[in-house]
Amino acid sequence: MGNRIGLEVSLSAAEAVKMANVDCIAAYPITPQTHIVEHLSELVNDGHLDAEFIPVESEHSAMSVCAGVSAAGARVFTCTSSQGLALMNEIVHIVASMRLPIVTILANRSLSGPLSIWNDHTDVMSIRDCGWIQVFANNGQEVFDHVLFGFKVAENENVMLPLMIHIDGFILTHVIEPVEFWEKDQVEKYLPVFKPVHSLHPDKPVTMGAFGMPFIFSEAKVAQDEPLIQSKSVITAAWKELGDITGRYYKPVETYRNDDAETLFITQGSYGDTVSLVVDELREEGKSVGLVMDRLWRPFPFNEFRDAVKNADNLIIIDRAISYGGQGGPLAIELRSVMYGEKNQPAITNFICGLAGRDMTIKDFKNIYQRAMEKVKGITLEEDYEYYGVRGK
Amino acid sequence: METPNVYAYKLITRKEYFSPGHRACQGCAEVLAVRLVSKALGRDTIVASATGCMEIVSSPIPFTNWRVPWIHVAFENAAAVASGVEAGIKVLMRKGRIPKKKINFIAMAGDGGTSDIGVQALSGALERGHDFTYICYDNEAYMNTGIQRSSSTPFGAATTTSPAGSVVPGQVTWKKNMPEIAAAHNIPYVATACPSYPIDLIEKIKKAARTKGPAYVHILSVCPTGWRMPPEHAIKAGRLAVETGIFPLYEVDKGRYRLTVKVENLRPVGDYLKMQGRFRHLDEGMIEVIQKRVDKEYKKLIKKME
Repeated sequence: MGNRIGLEVSLSAAEAVKMANVDCIAAYPITPQTHIVEHLSELVNDGHLDAEFIPVESEHSAMSVCAGVSAAGARVFTCTSSQGLALMNEIVHIVASMRLPIVTILANRSLSGPLSIWNDHTDVMSIRDCGWIQVFANNGQEVFDHVLFGFKVAENENVMLPLMIHIDGFILTHVIEPVEFWEKDQVEKYLPVFKPVHSLHPDKPVTMGAFGMPFIFSEAKVAQDEPLIQSKSVITAAWKELGDITGRYYKPVETYRNDDAETLFITQGSYGDTVSLVVDELREEGKSVGLVMDRLWRPFPFNEFRDAVKNADNLIIIDRAISYGGQGGPLAIELRSVMYGEKNQPAITNFICGLAGRDMTIKDFKNIYQRAMEKVKGITLEEDYEYYGVRGK
Repeated sequence: METPNVYAYKLITRKEYFSPGHRACQGCAEVLAVRLVSKALGRDTIVASATGCMEIVSSPIPFTNWRVPWIHVAFENAAAVASGVEAGIKVLMRKGRIPKKKINFIAMAGDGGTSDIGVQALSGALERGHDFTYICYDNEAYMNTGIQRSSSTPFGAATTTSPAGSVVPGQVTWKKNMPEIAAAHNIPYVATACPSYPIDLIEKIKKAARTKGPAYVHILSVCPTGWRMPPEHAIKAGRLAVETGIFPLYEVDKGRYRLTVKVENLRPVGDYLKMQGRFRHLDEGMIEVIQKRVDKEYKKLIKKME
């Protein structure tokens, strides 16, 4: 392995993109993603990375340029956040159907309005059904590793799908964390040069992005969904190979002290690290608590999740987004469905918290635990979900 | 070699890069323009197309009319997609992953995809200086969705969203001047063309493709369906648009304006307007208003050539 140094997570993300030897970067600045693109443009302009840096006039064009680059057979990266993702939304969906292996970092930030630049998962959930492979990275090292992992999985000829890495804005993007770089030869072995299945070139003309009449549309969509579902075997194999190189073995569902726990916190993203400390403290108080962190969001790891929670009586699902008028946060809605029909039905409590960067400390999660136990003891869960820490509630 | 006076029709390649069997309407001058453009560009071309008539008529799965590599992503982003293709191929050639050779990078869109919803992506691509040619096939309304007005619809025209009503007489705004907007980006080549003048059109497309950096070609594409006229009048309507001065054929080559088709005495605009159903509600007063505007704009253009 290479050096272990302290580096802002955004900068290590950019360094990983450099190590992936991308051919093009198309990006538009938006807080809190800016440090990633700034550093990438430095790497290109200082000659450390032989790539085209295309400073587009909008995120819609960023993803459109990525589509063109990827269709031409070159490796391409972009990153965005919140409103930027909302603006590029149209193309986000299309590139999945076109099977273009674009890798994107989403610096998770709340969607307007009111306007906020701070972190939550409302942007993530807005594109839940966009057809991309989606993973959460929870610290600086995970971000670095998953950039290389991202290209490896996306460009696999049996996958050929775009891949999005979710990292919490500010909480990750703007903190300095230790990161262990890879050696150049390790990267070359792990991530070979991109060989597209089809590309735009006059020597072998192809038509890309043709339109589908009703007689063929459903078939086209199933042909898109199937490789996404099947990509899981490629994903787990890529994590295994990554582990063999780095010693860091990632899993679709990460667990912490969950085996004998009666109550499990369920989280996504960087809250996992905080809640693991909560688990330790509660354990010291004699409470039977554990943690399950969903890393792979799409394709969803049903079996791994059910297996991780099979011994628990209570699930406390932490949501960082709202499904207005729905049955709780998007994660809880999904997991209730995952658990439906299971023999041992855990009691599920759902808390929506930490919206737009509202701090969530160890004390807050302990309060949530207490509140969840009160609800569970009353057995009937009067409400499907609860907002935590909102004044006037 | 490639000047209009030595060009003969028989010198146009017989090779088709846009194949027969497309689903365009009878008399569609836009698809004729696409065919001529494809001939002018030849084999070593990659096309990024916007959503619109030409995309729909040429690419229903599992068919394609495109014998050159072609990509469609969405409506408003043809210029951005072409930017990406150009950048991707350029870097692959630089890194030696594909052989070096001259490839024409083309973005194409209709007037809606250019002057309305695509104007931002176009402006961005022109400003960034990609080595590509943007072709606007202007049929002066959203024809694919059923003849709704765009910012390129001419004053007075009736469309399904600017109907000739008893209070508002059709479109009451003037056609957005996209070639001038493109030229204002100080790009090396801008031209207007019309398939009623095929040699002039081919000449300009070749020149645009040869140009290093961004080029913009605006092609008036007569749409008999949307303009409410018989399909056999499409070529004639294109000629009248030029002969009346409504759509002058010119180029802006490195900032220098030049009329490529000179018209000795402009015909009255009525000759053009009266052959089209979309203008049939216009009274003489409105035709006079249009005549004045056309005269003024034409003079402005000629002044730029002095």
